[in-house]
Amino acid sequence: MTLSHSSIVDKAAETAAKATPAPIAVRVRGLSDRAIAWLFIAPAISLLLAINIFPLLWAVYLSFTNYRANRPNAVVEGVGLRNYQRVLTDPDIWQAMQTTAHFVFWTILLQMLIGFALAYLIDRKFRGHAFWTTIVLIPMMLSPAVVGNFWRFLYEPQIGLFAYAVSFLSGIPTSQIQMLGNVSLAPWAIIVVDTWMWTPYVMLICLAGLRSIPDYIYEAAEVDRASAWRQFWSITVPMALPFIMLAVLFRGIENFKMFDMVTLLTGGGPGSVTEVASITLKREAFETWATGRSSAFAIVLFVAVFGLANIYVKALNKVKQR
Amino acid sequence: MRRITKALLGATTVLTISTALPSVSQAEQLTLCWAAWDPANALVELSKDFTAKTKIDMKFEFVPWTSYADRFLNELNSHGKLCDLIIGDSQWIGGSAENGHYVKLNEFFDKEGIKMDDFVPATVVGYSEWPKNTPNYWALPAMGDVVGWTYRKDWFEKPELQKEFQEKYGWKLDAPKTYDQLKQIGEFFQNRKIDGQTVYGASIYTERGSEGITMGVTNVLYDWGFQYDNPKKPYEMEGFVNSEDAVKGLEFYKSLYDCCTPPGSSNVYMTESADAFKSGQVAMQMNFAFTWPGLYKDEKVGGERIGFFPNPAEKAHFAQLGGQGISVVAYSDKQEQALQYIKWFAQPDVQAKWWELGGYSCLKAVVNAPGFAASQPYAQAFLDSMAIVKDFWAEPSYAPLLQAMQKRVHNYVIAGDGTAKEALDGLVQDWTETFEDDGKI
Amino acid sequence: MSAINSAHSVVEPSPTSKHIAGAIVILYALITMVPLAWIFLTSIKSPPDSISYPPKVLFSPTLEGYCNLFTTRTRQTPDYIAALPAPTSTCDEVTRKRNMVIAGPSNFLPRFVNSLVIAFGSTFLAVFLGTLAAYGFSRFKVPLADDLLFFILSTRMMPPIAVAIPIFLMYRELGLSDTALGMILLYTAVNVSLAVWLLKGFIDEIPREYEEAAMIDGYTRLQAFWKVVLPQATTGIAATAIFCLIFAWNEYAFAALLTSGSAQTAPPFIPTIIGEGGQDWPAVAAGTTIFLVPILVFTILLRKQLLRGITFGAVRK
Repeated sequence: MTLSHSSIVDKAAETAAKATPAPIAVRVRGLSDRAIAWLFIAPAISLLLAINIFPLLWAVYLSFTNYRANRPNAVVEGVGLRNYQRVLTDPDIWQAMQTTAHFVFWTILLQMLIGFALAYLIDRKFRGHAFWTTIVLIPMMLSPAVVGNFWRFLYEPQIGLFAYAVSFLSGIPTSQIQMLGNVSLAPWAIIVVDTWMWTPYVMLICLAGLRSIPDYIYEAAEVDRASAWRQFWSITVPMALPFIMLAVLFRGIENFKMFDMVTLLTGGGPGSVTEVASITLKREAFETWATGRSSAFAIVLFVAVFGLANIYVKALNKVKQR
Repeated sequence: MRRITKALLGATTVLTISTALPSVSQAEQLTLCWAAWDPANALVELSKDFTAKTKIDMKFEFVPWTSYADRFLNELNSHGKLCDLIIGDSQWIGGSAENGHYVKLNEFFDKEGIKMDDFVPATVVGYSEWPKNTPNYWALPAMGDVVGWTYRKDWFEKPELQKEFQEKYGWKLDAPKTYDQLKQIGEFFQNRKIDGQTVYGASIYTERGSEGITMGVTNVLYDWGFQYDNPKKPYEMEGFVNSEDAVKGLEFYKSLYDCCTPPGSSNVYMTESADAFKSGQVAMQMNFAFTWPGLYKDEKVGGERIGFFPNPAEKAHFAQLGGQGISVVAYSDKQEQALQYIKWFAQPDVQAKWWELGGYSCLKAVVNAPGFAASQPYAQAFLDSMAIVKDFWAEPSYAPLLQAMQKRVHNYVIAGDGTAKEALDGLVQDWTETFEDDGKI
Repeated sequence: MSAINSAHSVVEPSPTSKHIAGAIVILYALITMVPLAWIFLTSIKSPPDSISYPPKVLFSPTLEGYCNLFTTRTRQTPDYIAALPAPTSTCDEVTRKRNMVIAGPSNFLPRFVNSLVIAFGSTFLAVFLGTLAAYGFSRFKVPLADDLLFFILSTRMMPPIAVAIPIFLMYRELGLSDTALGMILLYTAVNVSLAVWLLKGFIDEIPREYEEAAMIDGYTRLQAFWKVVLPQATTGIAATAIFCLIFAWNEYAFAALLTSGSAQTAPPFIPTIIGEGGQDWPAVAAGTTIFLVPILVFTILLRKQLLRGITFGAVRK
């Protein structure tokens, strides 16, 4: 923090600075590195502490109480692990977890297949591929809530375009194509919209993977007269695998948290067949106002995603090292 | 660094100004929160008189019924200042009174000479009192409402249909008096071609997200003998909520859903039901009375083509109460002006105009006036229905109670999960748990 | 993709396979555009046209949806309407045809303005704080830096509803419920983790030697950061800003739970637009169109930075 006052000192400092390694030079002139480091990092960290970490700790505390946010005047009592016990033994919550798993599994599978295929095709570099890539990307940029809401209209059994198109192609009368009202079709209705939105994202990551494969490997394979099929399975897929796995991770986390699109499409219905974990949590927290119990549920969810993601990342690193 | 600081300062200033902007220029303005529906539009019209008299501007926040409870209970619980006045649902009274969301109005009523005896008793109990049946008032009855039915009079009166119906069921096709009759009519019209269009029997409430299916199911279940608890022993629900009669009633509701509703009716509440009727899809429609003025005025299905009837009777005769009272929000900075609005709204001539514009006044002077029953074709059905009302729990824990019922009955009626008995047994279990949490049992 | 590869390289796909690949991708792109095209078409349909069966592709376009989006209307008797002075605008005219009069503006415009203020405000803050922190993490030895970074990032794994519970309580105490400031702070906090993470990658790529050279030339560390590092990082900052903006613009869960009116953004508002009995689909479509256009424009204009950001983010982990 030494600031020079006279030009002589200044000059001396400059000479000294030139003679000494950079970090020392800086310490002589202006703020020290350490001060700058903290000055730069502190605002972001304090914001995160205030709006991420502190509330998280608060939620942990609340999860051990019977607090209800709609009864600010009621006495708050500690209930020990009872909230966790109730959350983990609640059949409705397990049902919601199952629904979430079904949704995550099928969206990831479909998005991987279509996304990888698209990336593979785009990597053929046909004329205009850059333009069409941009077009393909558009759905993922849009608001899942606002667009999901509009899909409700497309799915309408009598007047919706989706029902009309399906009926046109299959001959089934439109009145029977109740994507959102039918117990067995509704889970697929949300899968279709999610796939429509997020396949482009998977495609992009896969494309990055494909482009990371050096050409000389293919050239070597050509020299060895390996068939295209063989090249695909022994070069393309294994080398793009880390990227594909990353896409799985990202989509998995995102869809585990899924709330907006499903809320607006089905609200969890019919019955509870599309009630994913976030919707159950929202009901518990903001409709039933069981704040303590829902905090416990929130923590359970967080630990679950965090744990699964960590295990997965370890597996991913193994694949990368191979 | 100076430039960064400048940029930062500039940015903060812009932010502060932009966030502060909306709160400027609201000196004499009240915000009233309600649901987005026909009566709300009528209230906008009515309120112009208030603005003219007091120079206080009225601003309105209307949200659709399906997100109404969600949004405004959230707003009240967050102690927000969005609403100065709120027309809150009848079941919110308990929670809003106990948690201090609403301003207690007794003193104000006394001071201004507003007497609750001047209002229809069922609405005072339903919309204003907490605890129920005690003189503690948290709202002024604003909009009377009750579930009833509309039907296509023109279809019912077609001679060829009359004849066919008489032959098939052995009684004259007319507004049903029992649920068996209602179902027979539903079956009769289901998938029938009328004027070249396929039509369906009836539109009933099935909505999952807010309160739709509960309002529809309770409306029918009361008549079959469902009771919330032992009249002699509060909160004893076993054998009342899941009585044999209640089970039969729920089975009936499902059979009605399965046999006689239009395709895609799995998430129907007031607007969807009204839409089904308006578009000429259904012969009958279950809906709150507030929809009647609008439907009567409708060019396609209104006028001579529409008829109204109160709930049919079975073992008992009840109808689900709807409607709301108007309250002053305790977090508002403009409670004085808000009270002024209520004072204005309670005046008999304003109430009379309210009924004219399409609102359902709860003032005795209006509904007991000699010409009232004949003033509109639906007035009689409204009066008959209001005489038999019953409401859902209005406990502070109304939300979890409602959530549980929404889930249980939607799972059974729409998704076809389990049996009616299992659904109601489960409901008793959920409700018991809630009351235990509250320390009421 | 190395420059050595000529068009005749063995790996270059054959023209036929290129055509087939192109055809499939274009077909896919066109199919996925149908819902968006339908949104736009619905927005210029009249309400009866929008719900006609079979769905109408040919119809006479009208601005009714946009009129309904921006106004509230009340029903009046034909006599009342006949007695009114001549309509002063297209919307007046359209509304009166339905036996209604315009009662006033709707809440759409304020909600849209809220969206703008909150999205841009939080993006600016997130990028600003993120750039500083990313530089700090990139250039200095920060104790526990890796753990800190990972932890920052992992907070994004929390379901938004889980985050919203304590935030709801906190904002209630602080009086931040339903305020633009509260939403800006929240979105900034959510975005700053992503911003730090992305930007650290971009800044890592800028050789340290540049700054060191500048400092030897007499710049202070801050000057070097301002005049050397920042200009180099522009692309990265732009890419990060787009991501933050898209998140804040599209966000629904927090907005639905933590705002009710004064600071409500467009996403929770648009689904609640209803007409007289039933959802007014042309108005919803009009709102949706207006809401989506800025993002569409961004996507197309800034596609290069966007692509770089996405693939870069993925590759880095």
